Amino acid sequence: MIVEIGHYALVLALFVSILQGTMPLIGASRGQVRWMALAAPASWAQLFTVSVAFAALTVAYLGSDFSVLNVIKNSHTTKPMLYKISGVWGNHEGSMLLWVLILAVFGSAVSLFGRNLPEGLKARVLSVQGLIAVGFLLFILLTSNPFERVFPPPADGESLNPLLQDPGLAFHPPFLYLGYVGFSMAFSFAIAALLEGRVDPSWARWVRPWTLAAWSFLTVGIVLGSWWAYYELGWGGWWFWDPVENASFMPWLAGTALLHSAIVAEKRDTLKAWTIFLAIVAFSLSLLGTFLVRSGVLTSVHAFATDPERGVFILVLLIIAIGGSFALFAWRGPSIKTGGMFKPVSREGALLLNNLLMTTATAVVLLGTLYPLFIDALDLGKVSVGAPFFNAAFIPIMIPLVLAMAVGPFLSWKRSGLMTPLMKLKFVFIASLAAAAMTFSMKQDASILASFGIFMAVWLGAGTLWEFSSRIKLFAAPFGESMKRMGKMPRSMWGMTLTHFGLAIAIVGMIGAEAWKVESIQVMKPGEMVTVSGWDYTFEGAREVAGPNYVALRGSFTVRRSGEKETFVTLYPEKRVYTVTQRPTTEAGIHTTWLGDLYAVIGDPSKDNSGAFVTRLYFNPLVAWMWFGATIMVIGGLVSLTDRRHRVGVPKPSAAPAPAAKK
Amino acid sequence: MRFLKPLILALVLLMPVVPAYAVNPDEVLKDPLLELRARELSKELRCVVCQNQSIDDSDAELARDLRVIVRERLTKGDSDTQVLEYVVARYGDFVLLKPPFKGITYFLWLGPIIFGAIGIAAVVAYYRKRQGEAAIAEAAPAQTLSKEEKARLDILLKDEDDA
Amino acid sequence: MSSRLVYMLPLGIFLILAVYFAIGLTKDPSKLPSTLINKEVPAFDLPAIEGHDKGFSSKDLLGQVTLVNIFGSWCVACLAEHPFLMRLKQEKTIPIYGIDWREKTDGAAFRWLSRHGDPYTLVGDDRDSRVSIDFGVTGAPESFIVDKKGVVRYKHIGPIYPETWNETLLPIVEELRKQ
Repeated sequence: MIVEIGHYALVLALFVSILQGTMPLIGASRGQVRWMALAAPASWAQLFTVSVAFAALTVAYLGSDFSVLNVIKNSHTTKPMLYKISGVWGNHEGSMLLWVLILAVFGSAVSLFGRNLPEGLKARVLSVQGLIAVGFLLFILLTSNPFERVFPPPADGESLNPLLQDPGLAFHPPFLYLGYVGFSMAFSFAIAALLEGRVDPSWARWVRPWTLAAWSFLTVGIVLGSWWAYYELGWGGWWFWDPVENASFMPWLAGTALLHSAIVAEKRDTLKAWTIFLAIVAFSLSLLGTFLVRSGVLTSVHAFATDPERGVFILVLLIIAIGGSFALFAWRGPSIKTGGMFKPVSREGALLLNNLLMTTATAVVLLGTLYPLFIDALDLGKVSVGAPFFNAAFIPIMIPLVLAMAVGPFLSWKRSGLMTPLMKLKFVFIASLAAAAMTFSMKQDASILASFGIFMAVWLGAGTLWEFSSRIKLFAAPFGESMKRMGKMPRSMWGMTLTHFGLAIAIVGMIGAEAWKVESIQVMKPGEMVTVSGWDYTFEGAREVAGPNYVALRGSFTVRRSGEKETFVTLYPEKRVYTVTQRPTTEAGIHTTWLGDLYAVIGDPSKDNSGAFVTRLYFNPLVAWMWFGATIMVIGGLVSLTDRRHRVGVPKPSAAPAPAAKK
Repeated sequence: MRFLKPLILALVLLMPVVPAYAVNPDEVLKDPLLELRARELSKELRCVVCQNQSIDDSDAELARDLRVIVRERLTKGDSDTQVLEYVVARYGDFVLLKPPFKGITYFLWLGPIIFGAIGIAAVVAYYRKRQGEAAIAEAAPAQTLSKEEKARLDILLKDEDDA
Repeated sequence: MSSRLVYMLPLGIFLILAVYFAIGLTKDPSKLPSTLINKEVPAFDLPAIEGHDKGFSSKDLLGQVTLVNIFGSWCVACLAEHPFLMRLKQEKTIPIYGIDWREKTDGAAFRWLSRHGDPYTLVGDDRDSRVSIDFGVTGAPESFIVDKKGVVRYKHIGPIYPETWNETLLPIVEELRKQ
């Protein structure tokens, strides 16, 4: 019964969305206030109906209702509760339902927080959201219905892929979707602005908080995925340039560019066409990601159960949504009035450079990801484009970007000298050089590339701190004044400093994890010891243990600093076999320190049955810096989000011809 | 039901399909330099029966066979290029994770440079156009600012220094 | 004027991409074409399996159009095509030569062939996969049509079903026989 209610609710949601997608839009172009006023209530109705549908599916999972095909394929009575819940979205159909739920949430959020949006703009934005919902609801109802029933219901389900039964991976999709769908907001705003025919600074002010939120969520989602890969896949890898990873990275790159471009659009009323373009691109890339992941056109370890029929539907959706918005952009874009002038060396100029580099980076990742498809489609053969290409093509673009990131905040608007900021940074330059030199000399196998990476990380990190301290006149003025300045500093400035600094820390982590990882593969008998990077790993043996829905072989390793007697930590890597699916997974035993991770994996027993096992022992330097740096980046985004100025609505035009205050 | 746990454990220990986690100790070459080369080459070779993994990462049997072959060729004295060619002769360019630089991949490798060049050209054109517009605006009889207005303007511009 | 063009660029690029996506939906990205087509069969000389007194070498393929079939007793899909291979042998349609790939135990292939029938003129024992890899194997079963001069003309991935044989493989065989 509940399942049927869920199904009907979804159909109802479709009709509401059709209403929401058409009438306010027509109303806005005709000035029909009543029709425009339909938008907000429609968005609430959509939220309600989709929530009912999602709740129905969740109830089916929690109650292990095996009359529902989706539950059969992805759940089991012995599965722990957390994974019964995350199983709801750990499959194609359920994840699409989560997608439209988040879409509905964002739509209603506009109704809730957008009370002082001009009516026409709000109506158009909500309409576009509605239209997107129509597309996806049709997709779900016609090709990917999670409420399909099976009769007679089997006694139990097929359970969830063990790889997905993991806390990191349980939360990875929701955060990703919050990001992807969050970009739909900027997209809707962009379409609405193009339809209205004007882009003014208040528009940009509206776009920024939504983009910040989406960007922050997407960052969390991507990092969760990376972190999961690191501890689950067993050798310390964290990024593989896999097509599905790229599908999440491209919107992130475009979203970062969008964020920065919106700043210029708001403050200086320029780069508006760029900002609109980026808003369309970011969401388009989200949609493209959906296509790539679920249609089967690309091979990937991540791909969902693929189905060309679904692929056709999504492609049609893409053509309508992306093609339509680019067509609108081609038609209306030229009429966006260009705004203020600025010199190449200025803060606008720096942000334009950011736009350029981020867009190029996005294009490069897109090229590499789609290239095998191009060659295959042209019947020219089969090629693979793997990590070697992406590393070679992507990193050089990031170098000028990171270098510029330390200088940018020093520049003033409209026109700026370059020598003054560079002179201000001379100590930072010396410090970075020193750090690089130290790295090169201290680490025996430090490559020039790694040392240069350290140079860049210190340049960015110290440069950001330097800019912050010069802004509060630290040590250049009485401490009390510095404190006052710090207190008065807008949150978005705090956000920028935090996020840029966080990136510097993350870069250090990436260098450590990639360049200085130490691996040791051998067969060990209980009692034997192997030294890895100054740490002694002693294998204590292995025994069987039982989990809620698996049986595991658990090895134990005591780790000591070389030469010391005292145990520093004991690691318990496991090899699990999940009872229902008979699928094995490996869980590494990891202990994190600021200098690096101690990482142990237990492998197969050696073939001579001597009680010895294949063991893989690692020291992964500085990995925690990646996760820590990324966390700081997200905190920076959220801090920016709470900037009071973002919550001040559009100033209502007053009767008196007073100059409109820009704050 | 009592036998279930030990049975499954036996499966864990005996099942050949259990992930062997890529390179095994019995594959490792004695010569560390050769082994290093083998690892690097393995990272560049795609596992053709997997979903987008290198033979270094994959635990498929075919990946293991190819890892052993890579080491055999290196021990026989093949250069890095020759080892890669050996595998490409049997499986095609598809097996190279670093795409070769030839006819069909020219656009791939040159693409980033082309994009960068287009981007730079676009930005330069943008600035030139703006400068042109500004020059036209300046050529028109402009109202010059008085000294007080100029001073106020400077203060206003400074105030806008935050993000 | 040129700015109009610039604004149309994203649409243009997207439409081109959309065409590629549409074509891409009709393709299978995991299907790997063979590098051996129109090249000589890789030279090999495999030992015999238990139950056969002769092994199988590349020279045995000269002089007639042959079907080379890579299989293993562990391969479930090979059972699916086996009855059809037996039929091909009974009807004397084409000589079938087998490469026994990656057998783990002695006599496993012999037992399997005794149980399900032996369609092979000759079988070679490829324990270490070297010859199969020389053929560019990606899984079992895989079959190759080799012409009289020992040149590989066609590779078929997966089991051979009667329809596939009649529609695709047989015409190639007949064409090669005429040469």
